[in-house]
Amino acid sequence: MNLTALTLALLQLSLYVALAPLLAGWVRKVKARLQNRRGASVLQPYRDIYKLLVKETLVAHTASPLFRAAPYVVFSATWLATSAVPLVSTGLPAAMIADVIVVAGLLALARFFLTLAGMDVGTAFGGMGASREMFISALAEPAMLMAVFTLAMTAHSTNMASVVEYQLAEGTILRPSFLFALSGLILVAIAETGRIPVDNPATHLELTMIHEAMILEYSGRHLALMEWAAQLKLMLYGALIANVFLPWGIAQGSGAGELASGLAAAVVKLGLLGAALAASETALAKMRLFRIPDFLNLALLLALLGLLSYVILEVGA
Amino acid sequence: MTHTGLNAAALAVALALVSSFVSLFTVWSPRLLRVAAMPLFGLAGLAALAAGLVALAQADVATAELPLGLPWLPWRVRLDALSGFFLCVIGVVSAAVGLYGPGYVRGFESGRDSLPALGGFTGLFLASMLMVTLADDAFFFMVSWEMMSLSSYFLVAFHHDIAANRRAAFMYLLMAHIGGMAILLGFGVLASFGDGLAFDAMRGAEPPFGWASAAFALSFIGFGMKAGLVPLHAWLPEAHPAAPSHISALMSGVMLKVAVYGFIRFFFDLIGQFHWQWGVAVLAVGGVSALAGVLYALMQHDLKRLLAYSSVENIGVIFIALGLAILFLSAGHATLGTVAFAAALYHALNHALFKGLLFFGAGAILHSAHESNLDQMGGLLRRMPWTGYFSLVGCLSISALPPFNGFVSEWLLFQSALQVWRLDSGVLRTLIPISAAALALTGALAAACFVKVYGVAFLGQARSRHVRRARPVPYSMRAGQGMLAVLCLALGVFPATFLGLINAVPQQILGRGLNQTLAGGWLWLTPVRPDVASYSAPLVALTLIMLAGLAVWLLGRRSVFRTRRCDAWDCGFAPPTPRMQYTATAFAQPIRRVFGLLFHIEESVENQDDGKPRHRLDISDRTWGLLYLPVARVVEGAARRISYLQSGNVRVYLGWTLVTLLALLWIVS
Repeated sequence: MNLTALTLALLQLSLYVALAPLLAGWVRKVKARLQNRRGASVLQPYRDIYKLLVKETLVAHTASPLFRAAPYVVFSATWLATSAVPLVSTGLPAAMIADVIVVAGLLALARFFLTLAGMDVGTAFGGMGASREMFISALAEPAMLMAVFTLAMTAHSTNMASVVEYQLAEGTILRPSFLFALSGLILVAIAETGRIPVDNPATHLELTMIHEAMILEYSGRHLALMEWAAQLKLMLYGALIANVFLPWGIAQGSGAGELASGLAAAVVKLGLLGAALAASETALAKMRLFRIPDFLNLALLLALLGLLSYVILEVGA
Repeated sequence: MTHTGLNAAALAVALALVSSFVSLFTVWSPRLLRVAAMPLFGLAGLAALAAGLVALAQADVATAELPLGLPWLPWRVRLDALSGFFLCVIGVVSAAVGLYGPGYVRGFESGRDSLPALGGFTGLFLASMLMVTLADDAFFFMVSWEMMSLSSYFLVAFHHDIAANRRAAFMYLLMAHIGGMAILLGFGVLASFGDGLAFDAMRGAEPPFGWASAAFALSFIGFGMKAGLVPLHAWLPEAHPAAPSHISALMSGVMLKVAVYGFIRFFFDLIGQFHWQWGVAVLAVGGVSALAGVLYALMQHDLKRLLAYSSVENIGVIFIALGLAILFLSAGHATLGTVAFAAALYHALNHALFKGLLFFGAGAILHSAHESNLDQMGGLLRRMPWTGYFSLVGCLSISALPPFNGFVSEWLLFQSALQVWRLDSGVLRTLIPISAAALALTGALAAACFVKVYGVAFLGQARSRHVRRARPVPYSMRAGQGMLAVLCLALGVFPATFLGLINAVPQQILGRGLNQTLAGGWLWLTPVRPDVASYSAPLVALTLIMLAGLAVWLLGRRSVFRTRRCDAWDCGFAPPTPRMQYTATAFAQPIRRVFGLLFHIEESVENQDDGKPRHRLDISDRTWGLLYLPVARVVEGAARRISYLQSGNVRVYLGWTLVTLLALLWIVS
């Protein structure tokens, strides 16, 4: 691993961690505008994180050491997962170390600790959030894997950087398998990042909370890390959809100009995706919990259809 | 016998038998079990591990003849890489049991339980499992196999004062014998084509497809029954929890692997033909077992029963891998077949480690809190921190999370499944992705299951008084758990090193090693080609630790960021009580609702005499109603018909004897 590659990897890691709050703020801003509100500045998430970082951290009497360790594990596992999904350039050494199955595994590791932390204090809310989160992810994770497997099989690689390069080299071919996989992945991304109609990130209404219920006991820097990890996850899914399915504009080398244009393309694509997310969140209402399996089964079915239409229709062609 | 490995294996068997013999004297001195029998058991495990490692490292074949058996049919033993690998699996868990056992059996010393039976059959159980892996002819194999079944039967029936345990043990004995019969018939088919009971003769046999299929089906049923494949798994969740916990660890962690060994030996080595139809059968049964196992595990609230069902799931995963291996080998893709085969072996080893670890954890809870019902537990991480942290490692490993060992085998399995586009048959190209989807669903559900286990048992607050008073377990029990926990992490972080060790197995059995997978050195796994897929577990683990360390360093050390203890948020009402927590049953409720059709659920609210309503929920296995009860009914009906023969009149019996003799004479002539 030479120096350029290492620099690129570090650059990507810091870009993710620096830009993730911006994406969250942008989605919130667009949503506010669509709802005829002025909304907070797009920089508000940075201020929130700063505020939380300097505040006192409260830990419940009943909490075990795992409660205090969990935010660090959740944050670092999510952060490490982002290192393998190309953001500005395909020259990504971290994609060698961790392929897309490892990315899914790292997200699962983060989720494991998030749910355990939810159950640690011993309140009803934490258990409820944990139960629901695992219920949703049990259905969403296979759908996500099937969707990315479609890509991986087409590109003959599970390395995300190679998949993007393959996409760029092939040019725009409208493959039915990709359409299925893309729609499946979008549904999964909505469920996994806890957006409407599966979960509402802005709610604190007891009966509808999922993600918020698990982190209810957190405060101060622990909460900051948990929130930041959630924003990183949103950005990771955004980059996965934007760069893998619509790879245009991403840099293939490591020149400064290329990287700058790659960054610009990534910002534009993520901005558009964020706006689309805000629009769909404005248009849709949150579903009842037991309607969510229908939603996720659709995602799984679409992803599986993508995979099957690849192995049946496209392998020889 | 001059081969080092064989000598070590013989030593292991001898030590296990000595441990069994020493236990007989516990009638006079109960301490003997703790101070002599269990350490000897652990030493036997270490010797087996050494024998296995020698066999894997030398990658040769050593054979010997024992001065036992029938005059014209001496018992033959053989130590090759496959036997060596499974000796390692048996040895490492047994060594851990040797560490853990002394503390655990102490609880039995003052009780009314029969210690000679416990120690005696435990030693015999280990010796017979070792002999199964060493046997080189069908006769010795079957003798050892039956010994294994019988000795474990007595261990299942150890707490025989409980009626449910007696029933479980009988069920186990019955199914073990049906399975044993199927295996015997399978050997019979091969022996008649290979002209002899020695495995060498069977290897040379070239049975036609029809007969080979019959042998395959018989062995699949026989070994599958022992391994607990759905729908032949019904004995497993009854029998494994009934035994003492260190025996449960041996049964779930090791005995099921001996069944996997039997299947691999019989199918990959002795039959040695690969047909896609068989691969499809193995793949389908494996997939169904994995999914059904994990779903039933999720529904359990008895910790040991849950772990037993989760064994069904993991055996299913191993058979998915074996099915993929057969499919790829039958299509001529030897490299991919080898990857899937190695994934099966690696998962077998991993499952032995983490299931042993988790059963040790369940045993520790049983030992110090006398509780196996999850719905009564809670807060155990603070009561018994070491057990808690080791069990966390077990839960992370079994949920297939990086950088632990369960993830590596799942990763290899996905990688081989993703190469399905190389196959020519459209049917297989459709089938394998579906099995990959089943595997992904299984993994996600397993994570949900073990979040439930850990969250309900170790986190939160104690739900009953005796659990609140749990004490840490003795050091020896912690040491046994710690050993397995460290190995789980080591196998997850350095997979290439350990896969390099077991590389000799596919080299001998399939004639092809994992050269491509291990081409990148100890840092990398590259199953097909480096640009197709690569995973560097050491670097992932290192980066994970570095990033977490960075976050802690930035945020945790400055004094401005002090933490303060306070009460949990109670919405401004009364403080939360332990009874308000989610229970294991509540945790699984959404999943029960979605997959409700797969379970037989009886739910009702009854009004009790004191006027308080009581909620009752029974979830039972659907296979009982679908498979076992009809079979039982048919058998009972047939027995009733046959009983007409039994008139009680001696002349009628003599008549029957005469008719039988005449019929036999007619057949012979």
